[in-house]
Amino acid sequence: MTTPTPTTRHSALTGRVVLYATLVALALIFLVPLAWMVITSLKTYTAAQQIPPSWLPNPVAGYGYEQILNNSANPVLRWFLNSMVAATLHSLLVLVTASMAAYALARLRFRGRGVTFALIVGTLFIPPTSLIIPNFLIVDQLSWIDTLAVVVVPGAASAFGVFFLRQFFLSLPNELEEAATLDGANQWQIFFRVVLPLSKPALATLAVLSFLTNWNDFLWPIFVLFSPEKLTLPPGLGLLQGSYVTDYPVIMAGAVLASVPVLILFVLAQRHIIQGVSRSGLKG
Amino acid sequence: MADVIEVGAARDDAPPSAAKAPRRGATAGRTGRATPYLFLAPYLILFGVFGLLPIILGVWLSVHQWDFQLPNRPFVGLDNYKQLFSSDSAVFGDWWQSVRATAIFTLLSVPLLVVVPLGLALLLNRSFPGRTFFRAVYFAPYVLGVAVIGLLWRFLLDANLGLVNRLLGVVGLPSDTPWVTNMPWAWISLVGVTVWWTSGFNAVIYLAGLQDISPELYEAARMDGASAWQRFRNVTLPGLRPVLLFVITTTVLASANMFGQSFLITQGTPGTETRTVVWFIVEEGLRNNNAGRAAAMSLVFALMLVVVSIANFRLFRYKED
Repeated sequence: MTTPTPTTRHSALTGRVVLYATLVALALIFLVPLAWMVITSLKTYTAAQQIPPSWLPNPVAGYGYEQILNNSANPVLRWFLNSMVAATLHSLLVLVTASMAAYALARLRFRGRGVTFALIVGTLFIPPTSLIIPNFLIVDQLSWIDTLAVVVVPGAASAFGVFFLRQFFLSLPNELEEAATLDGANQWQIFFRVVLPLSKPALATLAVLSFLTNWNDFLWPIFVLFSPEKLTLPPGLGLLQGSYVTDYPVIMAGAVLASVPVLILFVLAQRHIIQGVSRSGLKG
Repeated sequence: MADVIEVGAARDDAPPSAAKAPRRGATAGRTGRATPYLFLAPYLILFGVFGLLPIILGVWLSVHQWDFQLPNRPFVGLDNYKQLFSSDSAVFGDWWQSVRATAIFTLLSVPLLVVVPLGLALLLNRSFPGRTFFRAVYFAPYVLGVAVIGLLWRFLLDANLGLVNRLLGVVGLPSDTPWVTNMPWAWISLVGVTVWWTSGFNAVIYLAGLQDISPELYEAARMDGASAWQRFRNVTLPGLRPVLLFVITTTVLASANMFGQSFLITQGTPGTETRTVVWFIVEEGLRNNNAGRAAAMSLVFALMLVVVSIANFRLFRYKED
């Protein structure tokens, strides 16, 4: 390490300034559109049409929110609840099925383990959109069209979830399991009392990622849900755009409502989400 | 992508498994032979019905004329496929138009989605106060769904009321660009929005990769008098190779599956120029009641993606040698 001369100290300072200027400029690019969504949702119809537009809603109007909350043709609150229930049940289903399967694949020995795992991982490479037509026929046969089940269950066959948890379970030390076995625990007890409690971070990550995916899903619900009271938020928002064509405070209020839960979830679980994403990137 | 998995799996297993592998699962016998299958059953039921069955059904559908409104679904052999490739069939034009739209979007968006996030990651990889905050800010749009992103940008890009044209006007640039209705603006908008929306995701993957590159390599390069660019070229890029391969492959797949952005922002316009393959497939299958043909399209499309992914791997291997 050389001692910093005045010039290097000076250039370090310039470097800092350039760094923060870049960071802030980029942050504005990412945040201004989101801020504009919130600002517009708080304007009156006339204020939103104003040219040039004002940066602050003046007066702050509840108009956009009133419109969407009191309109029986577009029951946005109902869509919100549907989305909440669907995404919650969906991520629970993913957690239960994927953790059990991943445990068997990571820690138990049985015939067909290799083939089963290869089959599951193999489907990771098939674009889900290419299966949408046959999946539609299957849910149609099950009479699930336009029900809650259709947005909860099919997507829960998560190959990613199994893969992700298996990798995590493999990293747990075997000694814990052996100690539990010596105490007379069977596989179920080991799974519930040893492995699951140790895997809370991985389970939380998968739960959050599954919730986000389901909450944001758009392509599937627009084709399998159609009664106004059955919709989830994403197809509902599409409908909102259709009925309020240029009434942006109303449309933006709907968008804000769809964003708030996931943004809150993101802020709370930020580290888990970001870690989960990078883990999924490096490990398949 | 098997390569990436092997890399990951090897990294995970390597040190511990050498010692532990023989013992793993040694206790299974105590609970009975059925136990592993009971653990697997709930997942495998779901996976069988919504993961494997659709694949088989898809192939089966593609060789039948499957119309939801017809009582019979006659076997038609490869007819559905032939129609996609013979220029006198009714579907030929629209199908290839959608392939073209998807290809244009993919070719324009992938390079940006590989390079821009790498820049963000290099920026965020330096240590400075507030790093976590900026990382979260850049990632934030990604947690919003395409429905929200679509409505928001439809508004921001509106030629008259949109903020984008307003801001351009303020700095003295043309303020009447038809962002969502005319070419080439429609493609620029779709690509730009997608870069804005998903760059944070790829950046986080790069960041994880950057943290795995040994600092000693940089130290050694510095000792040899390597410039910043040379360090990037000879240490960072080779170190990121598996991550780059992953990012490119997943980004190509994601871009090729684009649907929501053009459905909501450009609404397929001008004409049907921005109607993508996925959109056309669901329209053909679910709106025009032509599930057999749509299934054939899905398979052809999936095959195209497989070819592209394989080409990707080849290119990367080649470059390395």
